[in-house]
Amino acid sequence: MSIQPILIAAAALFSIGIYGILVRRNAVMVLLSIELILNSVNINFVAFNALLSDVMLNGQIFSIFIITVAAAEVGIGLAIVLMLFRNRETANINEFDLMKW
Amino acid sequence: METLDIISYFLLLVLLLSGIKVVTTSNVIHAAIFLVFTLATTAILFILLAAEFVALVLILVYIGAVIVLFLFGVMITRAPLGPNAELDNDKNKIFAALLSLSIFGIFTFILIQTFDSTVVISEGTSTKLLGEILLSRFVFPFELVSFVLLGALIGGITLARKDNALIDEDQI
Repeated sequence: MSIQPILIAAAALFSIGIYGILVRRNAVMVLLSIELILNSVNINFVAFNALLSDVMLNGQIFSIFIITVAAAEVGIGLAIVLMLFRNRETANINEFDLMKW
Repeated sequence: METLDIISYFLLLVLLLSGIKVVTTSNVIHAAIFLVFTLATTAILFILLAAEFVALVLILVYIGAVIVLFLFGVMITRAPLGPNAELDNDKNKIFAALLSLSIFGIFTFILIQTFDSTVVISEGTSTKLLGEILLSRFVFPFELVSFVLLGALIGGITLARKDNALIDEDQI
């Protein structure tokens, strides 16, 4: 099959993630949208790996690293959201404006 | 080959529809479940592209661990479990839709102009080769990323612990 539909679907998933980050009010939902963006990048890596039929499998290895770092990011991110919730009694990102002048 | 094409188009359609539902549904739990659908279709797409190990890692790490973490996060932060209208920032909606649509337009324009080759759907597996490369050429990044994971784990536990003297004193 042609590679164009896969790349366009990945681009669409990326834009959906951007929309989610800008629109969502709950911090956990913003993290979910970030996962969508990382997933679209993974699709691109694996698709280009298959397109180039790379013998060193660089695309697949990088997508495995991305998945690992994304798991670390989710752990830290949710711990931060938990701390914010303990201190502010809310997970609404509009109310975290302490550093706003 | 024709059947595989139809399956791939169907998978991409399911991927996009569930991705849209992740950011538009008004129920927090439904968003996590639709993210599971998105990741599962991505895993099937990876199997079609002869990357079966990445597909398995995606299922194990994301669907197995990350989604559970998200559901815990939803429960702990006491997000309203039913449908709720407060989840979206209505003020930003038009701006966000415009921005994401323009990003999508630019990407699509460039991608259609640049790439028009066809993907060879190979029949072999790549797991054996992937393991050899991961433990020979990429062994240093591999160990480094495991330390990153360990550091993130310890950092997450330290941040989320309740009986921490430092947190009690510095109430913001």
